[in-house]
Amino acid sequence: MSSVATTQIKLTPERSRPSVRARLQDALPKIVLAPSFAITIVFVYGFILWTVYLSFTNSKTFPSYVITGPRAYLRLWGWTFDSDPPSSWYTSIVNMGIFGFLYIAICLALGLFLAILLDQKIRGEGVLRPIYLYPMALSFIVTGVAWKWFLDPGLGLEQTLHQWGWTSFHFDWIKNKDFVIYTVVIAGVWQASGFIMAMFLAGLRGIDGEIMKAAQIDGATTFQLYRRIVIPLLRPIFLSAFIVLAHLAIKSYDLVVALTSGGPGGSAWLPSNFMYEYTFKRNEMAVGSASAVIMLMTIVAIIVPYLYSELREKPR
Amino acid sequence: MLRKLLIGTALATTFAFSAHAEDVKEVQMLHWWTSGGEAAALNVLKGDLAKEGYAWKDVPVAGGGGDAAMTALKAMVAAGNYPTASQMLGYTVLDYAAAGVMGDLTETAKKEGWDKSVPAALQKFSVYDGKWVAAPVNVHSVNWLWINKAVLDKIGGSEPKTFDDFVALLDKAKAAGVIPLALGGQNWQEATMFDSVVLSTGGPEFYKKAFNDLDDASLKSDTMKKSFDNLAKLVTYVDPNFSGRDWNLATAMVIKGDALVQVMGDWAKGEFNAAKKTPGTDFLCYRFPGTDGSVIYNSDMFGMFNVPDDRKAAQVALATATLSKSFQSAFNVVKGSVPARTDVPDTDFDACGKKGIADLKAANEGGTLFGSLAQGYGAPPAVANAYKDVVSKFVHGQIKTSDEAVTELVKAIDDAK
Repeated sequence: MSSVATTQIKLTPERSRPSVRARLQDALPKIVLAPSFAITIVFVYGFILWTVYLSFTNSKTFPSYVITGPRAYLRLWGWTFDSDPPSSWYTSIVNMGIFGFLYIAICLALGLFLAILLDQKIRGEGVLRPIYLYPMALSFIVTGVAWKWFLDPGLGLEQTLHQWGWTSFHFDWIKNKDFVIYTVVIAGVWQASGFIMAMFLAGLRGIDGEIMKAAQIDGATTFQLYRRIVIPLLRPIFLSAFIVLAHLAIKSYDLVVALTSGGPGGSAWLPSNFMYEYTFKRNEMAVGSASAVIMLMTIVAIIVPYLYSELREKPR
Repeated sequence: MLRKLLIGTALATTFAFSAHAEDVKEVQMLHWWTSGGEAAALNVLKGDLAKEGYAWKDVPVAGGGGDAAMTALKAMVAAGNYPTASQMLGYTVLDYAAAGVMGDLTETAKKEGWDKSVPAALQKFSVYDGKWVAAPVNVHSVNWLWINKAVLDKIGGSEPKTFDDFVALLDKAKAAGVIPLALGGQNWQEATMFDSVVLSTGGPEFYKKAFNDLDDASLKSDTMKKSFDNLAKLVTYVDPNFSGRDWNLATAMVIKGDALVQVMGDWAKGEFNAAKKTPGTDFLCYRFPGTDGSVIYNSDMFGMFNVPDDRKAAQVALATATLSKSFQSAFNVVKGSVPARTDVPDTDFDACGKKGIADLKAANEGGTLFGSLAQGYGAPPAVANAYKDVVSKFVHGQIKTSDEAVTELVKAIDDAK
């Protein structure tokens, strides 16, 4: 920045040295950015380091600064293989795998599909788009409670269909320890897929119509058109959508609580529920911190290679 | 570039500081009694303090179990910004006392005679290292049955005296097409019921050894196995839709007559009262079969923090008012619990309250007053939650047999200790 300022001085000889005003103008963006920069440094990166530190201490109810080695990690490691009966940690990470994979995959597929349909220049798009997008405006708590009632066999869908005469209908996933995590997927997908649709729709609108026409003239079928041209062109959108969804999936805590209150026997827990439970309810802060660090590591292990492979091809 | 950024940061943070003032004639109280009945009960205390010239400042945090409040309290204490007092449960008081942030009310306690009137079992949590650090507000007890009288009459049942009686009664209800047992399938409710089952199956000595002393031999004994089998038997009487249900919805099933009985602490009475039901005519409160004479308790406490000297007078006033006989009576009539001191007259209480007060007194004198493990009065939170995990996994089928349950229970409790 300062080099730019120097050139300007040479071009305008009447300002022989940078005035206070010019210097202030130069510094202003930094002053304005500084608070948020500091807040991020302290409250994000500072506390990440603090959490890592705590995970190696004997912290219980309150933070303790006595390092006692990787005991918390050893306990987590032991629980990782306790599959019968499942330990809470085992349940949490298996659920994270199921939920993360299905949530991201279904949201991407459904979002893309809806976007392609809406992109067919249909009538009423202006009405349909906000209808799909609207769930994203709700908080997870609202989504969770609404779906809890809807999926409850005694209140919602099952009860209603029974009243309408279809008495053999049976759908009790939300009460079933083996299926409750899929109801979290359903609610999560309902909430986020409209937003992903909007992202893809924006991407589709950005594709040059000439390319499409050229492909059609060359005799490409609609399927080929999307498979070979449109979807590859949407690759940056996939990246953004993936990152949005991945972080929503990892931080899903409120949805599980509101929808299932942990599920039968804790069968709907995600690692974030585990972390909160152990840190604040069970007063095992070291174990909670260790689980938080493992969550962070997992995200880093997935996101960093993905970002690297996606961004490497476009050097600045 | 970086230096400028840091200088800018320093400048910006300068503005973030602000002045801080304290009020002396004020009680700052952190609690989660925000629902109608509870808030009304607390208003009694506010009125008592206002008469003495102390203003009341709520630091309320909504949420029944108080998890959010405990998180808020942790933050306040970490920042050195102590409330005058905070609603607290069991081992939390001792944790904070061990951290050295609690005040000392021993003088007030001596003057008011708390040593003699508050049951010894409660003093385990309100006295730390010989110093009074908390004022108990009430005593809840857990081993109750709440029965809809109309349904009981319809099926021709009577008060069950033993566990087998109870099973027979549930069978009758099942045959009559009523849901026999209203249960909310959340881990704390299941474990609360299991507390009573263990007391009923193994007797008072066994309960104390297993769930207060955490004695390994008792935890893995055949009696414990039998307790799990009894729990499994009870779970066959719940409706298929029980999992995840809130406790007050389960109570509502009994109130409406959809279900015969709920096993729940005496806070359930608050729901009956709110529905304008009278004990004896609309609903019945019996001790869990086979537990008559013993009381499994939990208790709400007001933990008193080590506030600066200029706020101590307000704290003493709060503590004195909390344990005054008039407040203990007025509050507990509304809350459904019984007074935390055994010398409060029971004239204002209903039939269930009178029975509760008499039972508490007898249990205190007979040494059969035990902390509820499910409610965090039997062992520290890490152990109590490990216990709830095992019970809940057993109820919902992740743990399949009582043999496995006992093994898991011992393992989980050892791991959490």
